[in-house]
Amino acid sequence: MCLAVPGKILSIDESNPELKMARVQFGEAIREISVQWINDVAIGDYILAHVGTALSKIDEADAKYTLDALREMGAPELDP
Amino acid sequence: MLKHIDEYRDKTLVETLVRTIAATVTRRWTIMEICGGQTHTIMRYSLQELLPDEISLIHGPGCPVCVTPVDLIDSAVELGSRPNVILVSFGDMLRVPGSHDDLLRVKAQGGDIRMVYTPLDALDIAEKNPEKEVVFFGVGFETTAPAVALTIKQAESRALDNFSVLVSHVLVPPAIQALLDDRQNRIDGFLAAGHVCTIMGIHEYIPLAERYEIPIVVTGFEPVDILLGIRKCIEMLEQNRPGVENAYPRSVRPEGNMAARELLHEVFVRVDRRWRGIGAIPGSGLGLADAYMKFDATSRFDLQAAETEEPEVCMAGEILTGRKKPSDCPLFGTLCKPENPLGALMVSTEGACSAYYRYSGSSMAEQ
Amino acid sequence: MNRNRNYTLQCPIPESDYKNVMLAHGGGGKLTKQLIDKMFYPRFENEILRQGHDGAFLPPMDGKVAMTTDSFVVDPIFFPGGDIGELAVNGTVNDLVCCGAEPLYISLAFILEEGFLLNDLWKIVQSIALSAQTAGVKIVTGDTKVVEKGKGDKIYINTTGIGRVLPGMDISPEHCSEGDAVIINGTIGDHGIAILSEREGLAFESTVKSDTLALNRMMMDVFRKKPGIHVMRDPTRGGVASALNEICLSSRTGIRLIENELPVTDGVRGACEVMGLDPLYIANEGKILVILPKYDAEEVVSMMQAHQAGEQSRIIGTVTGEYPGMLHMETTIGSTRIVDMISGEQLPRIC
Repeated sequence: MCLAVPGKILSIDESNPELKMARVQFGEAIREISVQWINDVAIGDYILAHVGTALSKIDEADAKYTLDALREMGAPELDP
Repeated sequence: MLKHIDEYRDKTLVETLVRTIAATVTRRWTIMEICGGQTHTIMRYSLQELLPDEISLIHGPGCPVCVTPVDLIDSAVELGSRPNVILVSFGDMLRVPGSHDDLLRVKAQGGDIRMVYTPLDALDIAEKNPEKEVVFFGVGFETTAPAVALTIKQAESRALDNFSVLVSHVLVPPAIQALLDDRQNRIDGFLAAGHVCTIMGIHEYIPLAERYEIPIVVTGFEPVDILLGIRKCIEMLEQNRPGVENAYPRSVRPEGNMAARELLHEVFVRVDRRWRGIGAIPGSGLGLADAYMKFDATSRFDLQAAETEEPEVCMAGEILTGRKKPSDCPLFGTLCKPENPLGALMVSTEGACSAYYRYSGSSMAEQ
Repeated sequence: MNRNRNYTLQCPIPESDYKNVMLAHGGGGKLTKQLIDKMFYPRFENEILRQGHDGAFLPPMDGKVAMTTDSFVVDPIFFPGGDIGELAVNGTVNDLVCCGAEPLYISLAFILEEGFLLNDLWKIVQSIALSAQTAGVKIVTGDTKVVEKGKGDKIYINTTGIGRVLPGMDISPEHCSEGDAVIINGTIGDHGIAILSEREGLAFESTVKSDTLALNRMMMDVFRKKPGIHVMRDPTRGGVASALNEICLSSRTGIRLIENELPVTDGVRGACEVMGLDPLYIANEGKILVILPKYDAEEVVSMMQAHQAGEQSRIIGTVTGEYPGMLHMETTIGSTRIVDMISGEQLPRIC
């Protein structure tokens, strides 16, 4: 139902406290996205953007854990 | 390379997951993905083809433009036809037919219909066109509603009195409950919509899982994410272990996004809503709270909600509960096609019938 | 890939005369003559145009003649990587190329909206002249009409192109046969995304430029050495998916694309992800799909790669006996997906 796409924060504009905005890069396309609901957001973070708003900050540790576990599972066994 | 996307479209990881799923499954299971975005990925990558025969995927009602009731689209069409109104919505909403017209046709007939990526852009349109009424047609689930709430709050601070919203937001848990209350449903487990849960968290799914003794797995949207969700769901089914699990932790926290949830509760209240193809579901919609009623297009323009009939032959209900497949419907691909949708599930590319039609080659087979 | 357009020359019609297009510029009188004499003739200079008749007399041609027509209504008229004038010439040239022809002559008709800036018309005329010169085609006849303000949108261009089919070339979807290779000369979706990035309500910052480019010089090389090409198509509106679907339908063969082989820039990919669009359905203006016997494919790819227009040429798929009449694709994860014809325009989606 909801297309949300990960993008990287390039800069943050907090001049309007009711509408914190960020420039967010998706591939090489850049759009202004509201980061109003994201705490401790920083340049370089990846957020998930849906209709111009960031839903969450992507948890890099969780992402790495999921992928590492899968890669390990798929790796050929060293000691058969 | 697109980070946090391409890793989850990886052939080796997909093969690993498919192998572990096949090693886990011992009997037939039917799993429903709630979300139209997930349906899109399943069709786009032909995931069903990779899965063991024991697993059937059925496609849920989570396409917001599909389930938007016909009478609200008729209201949007009526508003968009007025000379003093600019009607603004998302791209995929413009093609969805009401009882007579869709918004693209209204545009062709001279209506001022605009497409935006974000509802916030509708505010700029309102600011630039002070002599016009700007109406945003707000569709979508819990993921989209906060963006519309944010827009309404901004309209208030910017004192835009020519801006209003035709609200058609809907909620997932009441729909899951309605599907499970249908005694003929064949659903063994759910993949919950990861982006809805990113906002709402997972708590409202726990009582559903307990009451109906069913596994609900919060799931993401890329092929690897969906297979992770399916694998978790199959494990829970095989171990007869109902409950709620999170297979999309990089985005979903158990409590959701508190700031967005607070905003939802401030701007909206729960209302009853009719779903196209399903019917009325109590408490399944969002309407504006009293404090924000001045932004409500229905009352501003005194729109009368007319009950509209849906085609009787349409099998949307049976398809959504897993009793029928789109191809079982006599209208599928003959009278009901994406160019001329009769039922809710054919109207958007995320609708189960439309996705089935597009990616199964039904359109070519007939030529 | 796009040349720097030189817009620095002053508009030859002094601003003190008229700054905007007037209805009389299309009326056939003095102002029309001024446009022709001061703007069009000097820029499009060639002996056929100079004949100055109601139509052009073309010298006799050997062999089959190919003819095409196209209208250009793009909005915005100036976009990242090009403009409507360049698009008109390149589009017409490429349609002739897809017939296996060497493009020679182009007719040029403007429909201008009253009030359109003469300076913008001048920029477009220069752009047309430069594109025609680059492609080696002559503008041999033309027409200018002006419609009342509000009855048109700035400028529309109609072109007809005439070319000579090269000896031995016989292009038809019916020649498509199992095992043939499908080649494309570079990245897909650039033009459509460049236009979208300027569209109100959907605009975004982008590095993507239109790929508008004439492909005749690259393809004439190929035609002379490898005339056995079965079919060609320029994947403009509707993108690669629509062009190949048309070929599948008329040839009754299947075409299998390999998703991992499709060249797409991160600029186009990012924009497509955000809007929920599929690059396969997005317009290109400097791309050509070439379907030919497999044994010639590698060599033709190398020949195309020798030209700037084809540096990124590659094989992206195969003609198959499976799925007759259908375009299908091996996805990045190894499954097979049908790539359907699209119903209507691709709209950004939220779900």
